[in-house]
Amino acid sequence: MANIIRGIIEGLLSGGVYALMAAGLSLIFGVMEIINIAQGVLVILGAYLSYQLQQTYHIDLFVGLLITMPIMFLIGLIIELLFIRPLKRERTMFSILVTYAVALIIEGLLILAFTNTPVKLSAWYVTASVYVGTINGTQLYIAYIYIFTFILSVILLGGLFWLLYRTEFGSTLRASMQNRTAAELIGINVERISAITFGIGVAVTAAGGMAFGTTRTFNANDSYDLISRLLVIIVLGGMGSLRGALVGSLALLVIGDVTAEIWSASWSSTVFFVLLVVLLLVRPQGLFGQREGRKQ
Amino acid sequence: MSILEAQNVSKAFGGIQALDACSISVEQGKITGLIGPNGSGKTTLFNVITGYERVDTGTITFNGAPITNAPPDKVFRLGIGRTFQLTRIFSRLTVLENMHVAAQRQDLRGLLSRWSSSHEQRRALELLDFVGIAGLKDLPAGNLSYGQKKLLEFAFILIAEPQVILLDEPAGGVNPVMIRHLADRIRLLNQRGVTFLVVEHNMEFVMGLCDSVTVLHRGTKIAEGPPETVRTNPEVLEAYLGA
Amino acid sequence: MRMLKIVVLLVLVVVAVLFPLQISPDDTTTTVAVFALMFAAWATAWNTFSGYTGYIALGHAAFFGSGAYALAIMCQRWHVGLSDVSLLGLIIPADYAPFLLVPVAGLIAALIAVPVGWIALHTRRHTFIVVTIAIFFIFQLLAENNIGSLTGGTAGLEFHNPSWIYPFFNFPFYYAMLIILVLALLVSWWVRHSKYGLGLLAIRDDEDRALGLGVKTGPSKLVAYVISALFAGMLGGVWGYFLGSVFPQSAYDPLNDITLALMAFMGGLGTLSGPIIGALIIEWARQNFESLPFIQNAQNPSGYYLIIYGALFLIVVLLLPEGIVPTARKWWMRWRSRQQSASGSDTPGQAEALAVGQAGSGEGGNG
Repeated sequence: MANIIRGIIEGLLSGGVYALMAAGLSLIFGVMEIINIAQGVLVILGAYLSYQLQQTYHIDLFVGLLITMPIMFLIGLIIELLFIRPLKRERTMFSILVTYAVALIIEGLLILAFTNTPVKLSAWYVTASVYVGTINGTQLYIAYIYIFTFILSVILLGGLFWLLYRTEFGSTLRASMQNRTAAELIGINVERISAITFGIGVAVTAAGGMAFGTTRTFNANDSYDLISRLLVIIVLGGMGSLRGALVGSLALLVIGDVTAEIWSASWSSTVFFVLLVVLLLVRPQGLFGQREGRKQ
Repeated sequence: MSILEAQNVSKAFGGIQALDACSISVEQGKITGLIGPNGSGKTTLFNVITGYERVDTGTITFNGAPITNAPPDKVFRLGIGRTFQLTRIFSRLTVLENMHVAAQRQDLRGLLSRWSSSHEQRRALELLDFVGIAGLKDLPAGNLSYGQKKLLEFAFILIAEPQVILLDEPAGGVNPVMIRHLADRIRLLNQRGVTFLVVEHNMEFVMGLCDSVTVLHRGTKIAEGPPETVRTNPEVLEAYLGA
Repeated sequence: MRMLKIVVLLVLVVVAVLFPLQISPDDTTTTVAVFALMFAAWATAWNTFSGYTGYIALGHAAFFGSGAYALAIMCQRWHVGLSDVSLLGLIIPADYAPFLLVPVAGLIAALIAVPVGWIALHTRRHTFIVVTIAIFFIFQLLAENNIGSLTGGTAGLEFHNPSWIYPFFNFPFYYAMLIILVLALLVSWWVRHSKYGLGLLAIRDDEDRALGLGVKTGPSKLVAYVISALFAGMLGGVWGYFLGSVFPQSAYDPLNDITLALMAFMGGLGTLSGPIIGALIIEWARQNFESLPFIQNAQNPSGYYLIIYGALFLIVVLLLPEGIVPTARKWWMRWRSRQQSASGSDTPGQAEALAVGQAGSGEGGNG
């Protein structure tokens, strides 16, 4: 029982981080109608960046985000400019192929730079845990890192929401999301918005990467698993919906962690995917997505 | 005798009531015009009749039988064809192939055989000739001019020999010569027994062609009758001027 | 023109059949040839669904892998490959017996594709791609988790090794792949020129409009999907036997998926010869690539692979979005019309045909 509770709590806490990465993906889709398959490997890149900063310069992981996030933002801008912007026809389909290709390249570069040896980010707060309470006589401990990353994701997600709903930039972004052509007609520079949105969507992977890297050992090969989970999350939540990204992440992670506790870790991924399939049967547009009507 | 009827159909999109207890009826063998200011619900009505949208309430009947919310392929097979404001044709297929898509035979043998079987090919060519684009039959449909695409759309609807044809702004964006050509084709078909329901903004076209005109405003019918009567109806004038 | 195409095709087939026997190349070449044929067949079958309908089915390796596993499981359970089999009065030597089950493996994959396709095709194009990826990973995970103790978990399953020796060893596999390729090509060609195939192409252009014109879009797509899975399954079976073992990472390899899509795109989606050309080019490139010195000496060759694959893919998608065959055809038409106008012939239809976008159909033959 205590294990299940811990599973739920950890799931909720780490769900926040996944929500961040998934939100980035959803945001990109919402504004630009493209699916960034490279998001998974970019998370790993973010993790390696944090790792490098820590190993070489002994910069704390959270502090290091002040460096890695802008770097990832720039990388996002570059990817958008070089590879997404030139797409003219059937952008969504080609964007999948293009970002998949970019993901392969980045993965290759990571393997060359860091080899396949798994590494892990560590700090005092990764191993130390705090006493939370007692259930059924078992004492419950949660590692500090979960709490910290949860706070981080709350801050970042909160920042994202603030940006979207309380700033002028945010409203132009949301306008582009709703109707690209109309936005252009009223003078919004949709291309610039697209580039910035992509940058933001990628920048959050820096935070996600750092959190990801603390919870387990990783190497470049983990990108596949990661992007599959992220895609499942946004399809589950509804593509283009930030709320959906949040709810989807939490749901999937809690269920995954609980499954790992009750059953075994290797089944938790399968459960993810099976859930998705079941959901799509009932609700093809996801939880918060818009039902695609027939085109008239 | 009415062949196609909408009874008390309502349809809302979010906060907007596109159709509001709308009832219209289309007489068999006649050409009926459907007019109304922008936003009056004309295209929505088409969509609802042909299954591209579901109704919130109300019924659609065809030949006395209800077809409310039937899917588009069923509606087409029952005998109602329709065109779209922005022509929807298959741009990567040739003109002739476009015709054959609409001529889909439902049985297994029909599907397995090569598409250029003689009877269908002949009929397709006949129809292309009828609308006047037979010379373009091997061109990719995407290369046609706007007016030619409209003719193509018209032609492949015909290949299924529909009883009723819904035309959504057939004269829109087309030059006067083509408009006259279209009107001729419509009249010819009508003489052979095809019923038409035509949405149009081009008043001259409507008044010259239609036996009867129905006017929609804000999702509901406000007038109906022969063109001359409708044209001078004060409510109709107000709807257009006020809208 | 049509006659010419058929003659060329026959010549190619004859060459392909004689290749291992008469030209007697070395083992590495025949091995490469086996893989080249495999990918060519797979890409052709994949194109029969994705190329014609426009629904990009990634995760197709799920069926490939399932076919491989199906054959492995059958061979293990029924002890196929150990003793001779008598069939319809003929004695089939033990080593060839597994080939008899290859069509069954394909059928199993096809059966799996029915519910999978039904679920996946419920969604629209963008979501569809994602769902196919997700389903692919489900399969990989199921295999890893040794579902029903069928799959042997991460260790996988093994085939009984045939007793052939090199250079002969590769030959049965070569011909098996060739046969499947020819079948796939025939099916693809026939679909292309049938009313059914026309419906698929219409779905690619404007699915709702096709539906509105009476095309049964749901069943049409599903049937094409299942056909492509059938071939993938058969190829997986032969591949598994060729390698001698299957395990989750190899049978369900995401890189295979992307390679497949790349081949079809590079060659020309929706054309008949495109996937084959794409497959041959990429296999040839991969082979030469592997023998480059800096790869051989590299610590992490997989890193280089990925970068080059990715770069190649990017180049193809960004510069040649239509693929080689349609682009070549365009240039050919342009060159031809320039010739004709140079000789003063007036062909307005030709001029308009210049602006040909995708491969429509025109005449039959090599699409």
